[in-house]
Amino acid sequence: MGITTIIFMLLSLMAVGSAIMMLVTRNPVKSILWLIVVFFAISGHYIMLNAQFLAVVNIIVYAGAIMVLFLFVVMLMNLNADSEPTRNVRLQAVGILSGGSLLLIILSALMKDGGNNVVQMRIGDEGLISNLGKVLFTNYVLPFEIASVLFLSAMVGAVVIGKK
Amino acid sequence: MFLAIDLAFIIEKLVLIIIVVMGSLLIAMYATYAERKVAAVLQDRSGPNRAGPFGLLQPVADGMKLFFKEEIIPAFSSRFLFILGPGLAMITAIMTSAVIPWGNTVEFFGRTISLQIADVNIGILYIFGVVSMGVYGIMIGAWASNNKYALIGGLRAASQIISYELAMGISLIALLFLTGTLSLKEMVVQQQEGLWNVVKQPLGFFIFLICAFAECNRTPFDLPEAESELIGGYHTEYSSMKLGFYLFAEYINMFISSAVMATLFFGGYDVPFLDESTLAPNIAALIGIAALMFKIVCFIFLFMWVRWTVPRFRYDQLMHLGWRILIPLALFNMLLTGAVVLYFNK
Amino acid sequence: MQALTNRVKTVSRKPMNFLERLYIPAIIQGMIITFSHIFKKNPTISYPEQTRPFSPVFRGLQILNRDEEGRENCTACGLCAVACPAEAITMEAAERQPGEEHLYREEKYAARYEINMLRCIFCGLCEEACPKDAIYLSETFTPADYQRKKFIYNKQELLIPHPKEDPEAYKKALGNRAKQQDSDTKN
Repeated sequence: MGITTIIFMLLSLMAVGSAIMMLVTRNPVKSILWLIVVFFAISGHYIMLNAQFLAVVNIIVYAGAIMVLFLFVVMLMNLNADSEPTRNVRLQAVGILSGGSLLLIILSALMKDGGNNVVQMRIGDEGLISNLGKVLFTNYVLPFEIASVLFLSAMVGAVVIGKK
Repeated sequence: MFLAIDLAFIIEKLVLIIIVVMGSLLIAMYATYAERKVAAVLQDRSGPNRAGPFGLLQPVADGMKLFFKEEIIPAFSSRFLFILGPGLAMITAIMTSAVIPWGNTVEFFGRTISLQIADVNIGILYIFGVVSMGVYGIMIGAWASNNKYALIGGLRAASQIISYELAMGISLIALLFLTGTLSLKEMVVQQQEGLWNVVKQPLGFFIFLICAFAECNRTPFDLPEAESELIGGYHTEYSSMKLGFYLFAEYINMFISSAVMATLFFGGYDVPFLDESTLAPNIAALIGIAALMFKIVCFIFLFMWVRWTVPRFRYDQLMHLGWRILIPLALFNMLLTGAVVLYFNK
Repeated sequence: MQALTNRVKTVSRKPMNFLERLYIPAIIQGMIITFSHIFKKNPTISYPEQTRPFSPVFRGLQILNRDEEGRENCTACGLCAVACPAEAITMEAAERQPGEEHLYREEKYAARYEINMLRCIFCGLCEEACPKDAIYLSETFTPADYQRKKFIYNKQELLIPHPKEDPEAYKKALGNRAKQQDSDTKN
């Protein structure tokens, strides 16, 4: 076992373990904190894949901004373990059904692929920032620009709402 | 196969990390002293002058006092998170120093050692990532305290930091148009050869400076710990060294953001009108470190000078400034820079 | 309405112009003002090392005086106690025995002399009432203490140091009075 495998195992364990903890914890704030740990573990995986840009952006955007907003809302609404509404049996059944079908889809996709397309550790350089930039601005210019216009309009919209 | 790691490399980096962390702590320690001295001088007072000559041992005395104080953990707090909060604030404050080039290379025992812990090609983004983590220390501590004042302080910190991160990021994008790199080391090299970035990006620097004040929770943006309305803000329930960690993290943040500003906009370890290549590498590196430190001290003085001049903003004024002035201004700056770069590159 | 003092400033309610709304010039102005204070004189007196000079009429802690040979001036006449508006002074008289002439200047002396510093208002009437120049108010403060009983000063605490045995402390205890005496003798 090389050091890469060991780190991979640790990160995966961390990701899966904290994802389970996130689901199990009754307290919403602690749930969010576990989710942040998941994001960190995933960012670690990105670094293992030599995709540093993705790793950092994952932390900035998801762990740094979106989770702060989650935390903000939970704190603002003062949600606690005891204020959680009792779960409806029918809702639980629906949840199990949809989650199970998602699992089936992922499993079938993995089985079909047969493990041919496994990502290579520390070899790909597609995630390095200059390569990523080149790919984004040559092969994927249109979607990239559309997405950026969307973001810009969202930001301008926020400013406009603020002006009211 | 991957376990075969260059041992000398690890030792070298470890020593560098220890030096940088200790240096940050020491400077943060004396920043608390400097804060009080600067405040005193600006207000025609003497400031701390009892512990040691000129009160130089005051930070040590303060630290010892904090260590020996009784530790109080509120009964209805979430104990683990209550302890995690200040630790997280401290860790995120220190972590940022990893990508700052503290100087050029030095030569020891025939090895050329770069005075930068990690020259990653996403340097600035790394800083952003760590800074955006910094708010968790405050938020977790605030929530875990189970105190309404602390909670309000934490919420204020969260919304303030998110709002100003946006303008900060956009002002930096304009800078990145010019440099074309995310690596801080390369930016310094570019500034050594050409002009300092502050000349090319005065508006960007100004926006960045304001946002840095807000990100460090410094006056006039110290609403998360506004004493007059929120008792102690997010650290109301904290005592002993955990409080010390929060206060310390603020000063480390100030030090690091000064270092980032000096590196991004003021040439880092570059000394103007001095050709470093004519000097011996070790001496040049030393001069570079001294130059960077001088710039950092100037910035820290600016932080303090502003603190003892400008009164705190009201919360709506803070949000107004962040969303309705700084973000449009930063967008305008970005567009302008983009247009100029496009025009000259053709 | 007529202004009560000439320091009145009327608040201007006119809308701010662009530069004022920008706030940055105001900040810079303020920063220049604070910066200029770096060069201003620091009026602090760092107390135990430096002391503010007292006015000549300052009235501090009482002191029981001795003459040049170190004999106590007080004859326990009780005039000070009578004069004291706060009734802080109590004393007990005793007769001088043969052989004690070097201790007490006259035949009668105060065996017990106490001033309650918690009652004393430092008016100085005891000093004015004294016909023998035996008590005067010095330039020292009453030091703080944790216990009330420490504030009742007995004779040993009130007495001035012996001028022969401890001339330096004597001189120090005299303080301004010594200078005054010097100038009196010169005149």
